[in-house]
Amino acid sequence: MAVDANNDVDERVKAESFVARLLKRPELGAIAGVILITIFFMLTADASMFTLSGVMNFMSPAAQLGILAIAASMLMIGGEFDLSIGSMVAFAGMIFGGCVVNLGLPLVLAIPTTLAFAALVGAANGQTVIRTGLPSFIVTLALLFILRGLSLVGLKWLTGGSTQLRGIRDAVEGDFLTPFFSGDAFPGLFAWMAANGWVETFSNGSPKVPGIPVEILWFVVLAIAATYVLLRTPAGNWIFAAGGDANAASNSGVPVRKVKIALFMLTATCAALLAIMQVLDAGSTDARRGFQKEFEAIIAAVIGGCLLTGGYGSAIGAFFGAIIFGMVVIGLTYTGIDQDWFQVFLGSMLLLAVIFNNIIRKRVTGER
Amino acid sequence: MADPIIRMENITKHFGNVIALAGVSFDVRPGECHCLLGDNGAGKSTFIKIMSGVLKPSSGEIFFEGKPLSFASPRAAMEAGIATVYQDLAMIPLMSVARNFFMGREPTKGRGLFKRFDAALATEVTTREMRAMGINLRGADQAVGTLSGGERQTVAIARAVHFGAKVLILDEPTSALGVRQTSNVLATIDKVRKQGVGVVFISHNVRHAMAVGDRFTVLNRGRTLGTASRNEITSEELQDMMAGGLELAKLEGSLSGTV
Repeated sequence: MAVDANNDVDERVKAESFVARLLKRPELGAIAGVILITIFFMLTADASMFTLSGVMNFMSPAAQLGILAIAASMLMIGGEFDLSIGSMVAFAGMIFGGCVVNLGLPLVLAIPTTLAFAALVGAANGQTVIRTGLPSFIVTLALLFILRGLSLVGLKWLTGGSTQLRGIRDAVEGDFLTPFFSGDAFPGLFAWMAANGWVETFSNGSPKVPGIPVEILWFVVLAIAATYVLLRTPAGNWIFAAGGDANAASNSGVPVRKVKIALFMLTATCAALLAIMQVLDAGSTDARRGFQKEFEAIIAAVIGGCLLTGGYGSAIGAFFGAIIFGMVVIGLTYTGIDQDWFQVFLGSMLLLAVIFNNIIRKRVTGER
Repeated sequence: MADPIIRMENITKHFGNVIALAGVSFDVRPGECHCLLGDNGAGKSTFIKIMSGVLKPSSGEIFFEGKPLSFASPRAAMEAGIATVYQDLAMIPLMSVARNFFMGREPTKGRGLFKRFDAALATEVTTREMRAMGINLRGADQAVGTLSGGERQTVAIARAVHFGAKVLILDEPTSALGVRQTSNVLATIDKVRKQGVGVVFISHNVRHAMAVGDRFTVLNRGRTLGTASRNEITSEELQDMMAGGLELAKLEGSLSGTV
């Protein structure tokens, strides 16, 4: 903002310090969290956690959760929840597996089919929420069970009795799209860096980290795209408005229904994207895939500064929220701490974040 | 005297067997503040909903800039230049003033995939428009929730005027405000009027109406008791007409003239 040289500055308003401005950013809590967790693990964990391979180790699960969390944060800013994203991972995995193995489709057809199917379910979800006027919490809770059940039934039907569908790796062998959704990116670059002795190598000279896992790239690209949409496009303004006060927004000409349905489609599509990557990596799909991921995604979004009431939050916050998650779940294995502390930690983190967000909200709105 | 921007004649509105409006006539000229006064249940809300296209009249005629017209939707009325500022103000407390100002009508720059929200322009316009209304924002990125009630009202009014309102309908803009904030809003109404906008000021507070009104129409039980110019009527007479005269006279006796 341009600094006004005029003398008509309101004398009742104190100049805002940089710190005060920073405190108003929704993602502040998550960034502070990342710093604190990093310090914690630097003190307690084995030094190998912060080597390149260690970082890839925790960034990979962070990215997988983050893809869901970023979509969930946008939906939460838009004022709704989607509890069905975890089940959606299993359901989309089943659709994808069926396309690839049972129908023998190439990825160029199987991937769009899976994403389109997910988007359709997401749209149905959004329509139900908007038409019934029921809380999305309940509507998507129903879908959580429906999709999980359909995945079980569907997989048994596809495989003739098993809840796991195998043989995906063989079916996609050599497909030109596989490298975009599975494995590591930039292997040439990492081999070259290894040859120059810039990264750690095994004794045979191949790099310890063969490349950047593709899910990390998707995660970063998605975070940037989501942030751009939220802060720099009219659609972003509509998302904040729809979540802040749907009635006021539609009175001002914001297409609230369309915005919300699009957001439900986004969360479902992101769940399907994650499913495709997981299924390609594992070579099989399972009805338990994505179990409880909906809660983890919402927790990451809340740690990232999203309010449960909507209208406030950030995608970058969810990005850091997911990184915190990955660091803790993997980081504990580098320490002598029992891994089962993870859940205790998760719950405490959520509680802290909610309390913190509430304080921030009061600061922003000037409530007392 | 200028021709009315909007003229409504013999408007009636029935909800089932309830007669909400029984033949109300009303007009607004550019640059005037026409106060619509009435007690609760007099039909003020129904009447402005008809004017802003939310409801359709059961009978009666609406002329907009001299041509007969029937608004299909609030959107159509808005596009024609009839802006309504309701009591809830259609503002989102958690969003910044600039984002609220342009909500639903965001300025963009660039084209195609690079078409994006022009935050710099939004900030600049908001700051300028708010200053024109006499409010210096700490910053256009300040959340609306941090503004006082009067300031919020002013943002809503400034927004309506910026987007080309010819007629501005204000639904009880001063009803929830303190003394100081009320005067600020009344001053804003005066500024808007001087820009040539026709203001319809709905109120049940005669003193607020007398402060800015050029003409006054009183609604009582779905009927208009006529329109009077500023110098033709006193606030006591308006008060009496609103309450139906007789009963209030009795009440006033017991309250010793304080109402």
